[in-house]
Amino acid sequence: MKLTVGAVVKAGTSKVNKTGNWRSFRPVVNKDLCNGCGICTFFCPDSSIQITEKKSNINYDYCKGCGICAKECPQGAIKMEEERT
Amino acid sequence: MVENMELLAPGHRACPGCGTAIATRLILKATGKDVIVVTSTGCLETFTSPYGQSAWEVPWIHSLFENGAAVASGVKEALKAKGNNHTKVVVISGDGGSFDIGFGAISGMFERGHDITYICYDNEAYMNTGVQRSSSTPYAATTTTTPAGVASYGKLEPKKDMPSIALAHGIQYVATASICYPQDLIRKVKKAISINGPKYIQVHVPCCIGWGFDPSETIEVGRLAVETGLVPIYSIEKGKPMEVRKVSDRKPVEAYLKKQNRFKHLFKGEEYKEVVAQLQKICDDNFEYFGLAK
Amino acid sequence: MSKKAVIEGSMAVAEAVKACRPKVISAYPISPQTHIVEDLAKMIADKELDSTMVRVDSEFSAASVICGASATGVRAYTASSSQGLLLMTEVLFNTAGMRLPIVITGVNRTISAPITIQPDHQDTMTLRDAGLIQLYVENSQEAYATHIQAFKIAEDREILLPVMVCMDGWILTHSFEPVEIYDQELVDKFLPEYDPLYCLDPEKPITYGSYADNEVMEFRYMMQEAMERAKDKIQDVALEYKELFGEYYGGLIEEYRTEGADVIVVAMGSVLGTIKDAVDEMRENGQKVGAIKVRSYRPFPAEELYNAVKDASIIAVLDKSLSIGQGGPLATDTKAAFYNKKAPKVASFMAGLGGREVTKETIKNIVYKCKKALELNIVADMEFVDLRREII
Ligand SMILES: Cc1ncc(C[n+]2csc(CCOP(=O)(O)OP(=O)(O)O)c2C)c(N)n1
Ligand code: SF4
Ligand code: SF4
Ligand SMILES: [Mg+2]
Repeated sequence: MKLTVGAVVKAGTSKVNKTGNWRSFRPVVNKDLCNGCGICTFFCPDSSIQITEKKSNINYDYCKGCGICAKECPQGAIKMEEERT
Repeated sequence: MVENMELLAPGHRACPGCGTAIATRLILKATGKDVIVVTSTGCLETFTSPYGQSAWEVPWIHSLFENGAAVASGVKEALKAKGNNHTKVVVISGDGGSFDIGFGAISGMFERGHDITYICYDNEAYMNTGVQRSSSTPYAATTTTTPAGVASYGKLEPKKDMPSIALAHGIQYVATASICYPQDLIRKVKKAISINGPKYIQVHVPCCIGWGFDPSETIEVGRLAVETGLVPIYSIEKGKPMEVRKVSDRKPVEAYLKKQNRFKHLFKGEEYKEVVAQLQKICDDNFEYFGLAK
Repeated sequence: MSKKAVIEGSMAVAEAVKACRPKVISAYPISPQTHIVEDLAKMIADKELDSTMVRVDSEFSAASVICGASATGVRAYTASSSQGLLLMTEVLFNTAGMRLPIVITGVNRTISAPITIQPDHQDTMTLRDAGLIQLYVENSQEAYATHIQAFKIAEDREILLPVMVCMDGWILTHSFEPVEIYDQELVDKFLPEYDPLYCLDPEKPITYGSYADNEVMEFRYMMQEAMERAKDKIQDVALEYKELFGEYYGGLIEEYRTEGADVIVVAMGSVLGTIKDAVDEMRENGQKVGAIKVRSYRPFPAEELYNAVKDASIIAVLDKSLSIGQGGPLATDTKAAFYNKKAPKVASFMAGLGGREVTKETIKNIVYKCKKALELNIVADMEFVDLRREII
């Protein structure tokens, strides 16, 4: 890729950087417990949770495994599990 | 209405559990796409803008550490010159860039009455350079430049009261917020951008690296700051009475301090009981002054 | 087509800037820059100029405001002097690195301490590495022309670098001279509307001011290349200006009576007026003396300068700023340009610091010293001229 004049960058290009490989613990959603309240989506620093079909869905491409979602879920629907490589 | 599209793209390089990243996501949910964001040098700038990998889905500019408010003024004037009176100009900068080195530029922007929403993400130290003290660092916290030792208990001075200084400029809207109350933060940003003139919002953002706690506890720690009264959440719109977020489940300051390594030294023996009492007094005074009790 | 008026140099600059229609102007007062921005403020107040003047808290903010405005896609301008230019330094490096084509008037004044408002070139010369194109002007009419040329050079897609027009404070800004002010249509014909390569726009979001760990070397190389291209551009734009306005002040350099000259005096800025007068008198006395005005200090016209002086025996480089511990920057760069070539000897003279007057006698004395140096075959490294040794 040729460099741009003035080091200008296109919007949203960070998506090429899959931060999922930073993770040592993975959040796992228990869909039976999740009621789709969406609190986890507000607190995820990595824009990695979406509510689809009323359930929390985690994007493991980017989730860094911080564990905030698990801690903040009022239903206790998210558990952190050790990442297996 | 809250913007559904993620305007802070994933793939950025913030530490896991970064409160600043949470704040920025929430702010952009409130602003939507029709915005130009200016950020000063600091963690946010560094983790969102590696060349070729920008996390910003909105137009964004970083120039230097101390000129966010002035660059934003130029952006605003250029928009006006182009006949654009809809695009909002928002600064999102750290406490170092706001309380300290960028202070003069902010004061100038406030005084000129520019229609800009200045948001300080307040992680209470210079995190990007390795957790040095800023004038926002709370009393008695250790940082790498105010280390606790036999002759010191950390930072000897209290946190600077930026919101009051902002208010003294006679600006339209001043608010504090915390990432722990997303709806409140979003509402305040929406309110701010709807008002013409300069606005100041200070968002408390815990930093697990700089404060020393587990990344999963970012929200928990931030909530304790509010529940102890150390960080009062309020807003003042010019000409209207102050709006205060009441604390229903008040906690002693120790509950907040003990969660973080930056205050650990205060509990090693009896020596710093007085210092802890002083911190409790700051909380008590806040409860009284802001009427935090429910 | 034009009107001639006896006006201050500052007003000549303000007239030129007005004709270029910048959308955002931001400045902070410092002598001797003040009259330029005061004149522009009045033009805006009188609705002669459709622009905003952002009255800021510091020069740091002034430069930052125009950085932000330029990134948002409008033409932007500022002016400063001395301490103010130094306070802008960090922003100017940054703006150049972002390749924003702002135009700045650097009204030359000494740097403190001791503090003085007298002119020399220390302020703008200190900014020579910032990535700014620097053009030094000799008189008010050239200041007028060069500002109009500056926007055209800066905004060219092949260049995209800030241009600083450097003019001696007081000597030029505060003296009255007859100046030709051209019609707006003519200026519009010369200078098209600004069409930015990138711009902050929610419709097409981009990121300005990114963090680069691995590409800085290449970005610097690109700036160096743009500077190289600017050599042709400065020349072309000057010729285009000549075609339309009928005035020419040189491209990168201007040669004055250098034909067959043995001794050539090289300098920048308003002192050229005095030098040219001295050259005329010496020529009348049969001395083979010429002069060269370096108009473009960055990019540095190494080749043009060499070609212009290569047949002389010695050149006298007159610096009005000092890199303390080294010497005069213009002389240093000149010597570097001649290295490895068959070139005349280079004598370096430090003059005019802190506004010390440079007279025709000063110039004649310098030329005399050069001739003596040739006779004795000893050229001193650097000499302070008109130094009051008795008070040291
Ligand atoms: C003029 C200048 N001085 C110092 C620095 C070094 N520096 C870069 S970021 C930073 C601290 C930023 O602190 P803050 O604004 O609180 O943001 P944070 O990193 O905490 O998010 C410092 C000191 C700089 N870039 N520029
Ligand atoms: S673990 Fe952290 S990064 Fe991963 S989804 Fe939960 S909040 Fe987001
Ligand atoms: S140091 Fe703190 S503020 Fe900076 S990226 Fe890490 S968690 Fe966020
Ligand atoms: Mg900080």
